[in-house]
Amino acid sequence: MSKIKHHLNDALLMSYAAGNLPEAFSLVVATHISMCDDCRARLGAFEAVGGAMLDDVAVASEVDLDATLALIEQGPKAPIRVDMSKLGLFPSALQDYVGGDLDAVKWRAVGMGVRQAILPTSKDASVRLLHIPAGCAVPDHGHRGTELTLVLQGAFKDEFDRFGPGDLEIATEEDVHTPVAEEGVDCICLAATDAPLKFRGLVQRIAQPFLRI
Amino acid sequence: MLTADTTIDEFRPTPIAVRKSARRTDDVREARIKTVSTKEQEDLRLVECVLLIRDTQDKGAFAELFRHFAPRVKGFLIKSGADASMAEECAQDVMATLWHKAHLFDPTRASVSTWVFTIARNRRIDMIRKQRRPEPDELTWGPEPEPDAADVMELQQESTRLVQALSELPDKQRDLIQKAYFGDLSHSEIADETGLPLGTIKSRIRLALEKLRHAMK
Repeated sequence: MSKIKHHLNDALLMSYAAGNLPEAFSLVVATHISMCDDCRARLGAFEAVGGAMLDDVAVASEVDLDATLALIEQGPKAPIRVDMSKLGLFPSALQDYVGGDLDAVKWRAVGMGVRQAILPTSKDASVRLLHIPAGCAVPDHGHRGTELTLVLQGAFKDEFDRFGPGDLEIATEEDVHTPVAEEGVDCICLAATDAPLKFRGLVQRIAQPFLRI
Repeated sequence: MLTADTTIDEFRPTPIAVRKSARRTDDVREARIKTVSTKEQEDLRLVECVLLIRDTQDKGAFAELFRHFAPRVKGFLIKSGADASMAEECAQDVMATLWHKAHLFDPTRASVSTWVFTIARNRRIDMIRKQRRPEPDELTWGPEPEPDAADVMELQQESTRLVQALSELPDKQRDLIQKAYFGDLSHSEIADETGLPLGTIKSRIRLALEKLRHAMK
């Protein structure tokens, strides 16, 4: 895999380490970290801050040791899972939500050759897989909240930069951009947003509620 | 904090471990006795306890970890919005998970406090926020080879230094971090660059990951 150039920022890593991100964002973060050891190490550092907070916390009353030992006797609640997705394009976190790898995705057309699949998460943000044919553009849009776009395959360019496999674009309210998939391989992205996208064309604005994009 | 500590090793003698990997438990114990800082000694003892649980299902070592962490985990959960009975239930669950997952703990990448924090955090998301927690692919050492004691020492010392550095931050900044970790700040309320002194511990973990990747090949 080519070198990853666009990474998570501190705010996202700290919130993920603290466990405060919406589920949809957490999925993008977990997927990026599965592909990027730099961010995995940074996450480790932010989790170490959490460890320090735990060291420092006001202790509550005693917890029942005997009840806990009895709980241990019952065995683990869920099987202890070890990485099962060595093969395939998607890291295991993403495979859990899709129900398999790329070939298991249930795509729906959203116009102009672009296809999407919305993944089920809590309602405070949404996340979807996007399939953009090589050379095609995703409609010009701005955002009301934050939008994270992680490239899984292929690459796209927008007015600001180029994003290849493993790269993450973080777009905020001010950014209006038109991502275009590069020629060659079709581009597959995982994109999360905590507010509906604002499309600028009238037809797209009318279609938006039906397409849930 | 970095004063010389002359107290005698007051812990119970460790049972002779049965697996080959237990050699490392001995290395860690040796390192612990050599270090000078009390806090470092405590942190290394916690590592030793997890390895004892992993290798010999040592209930004494578990009780020791339990006394240290269970009331903290409960305190953490109460501070993050759980009521007392839910915090009790969650804390028991977190400690039981620690027992079952002892073989997944990697002391070259995290202190025991950090590891327990991540278990407690996941339990909180699950039980209090009722959400799923997508996790990155797990990277684990196979049965062989294991990381060496020097790497374990370095990471544990770095964690101790981080705790010290955090305690020296201005009150206002520390309050903010606490808020973030107890669930009162959203990501948009946190700066893109937090300015926390995390460079060295990050480099340590990065090195450990490189060794791990090499071992996995």
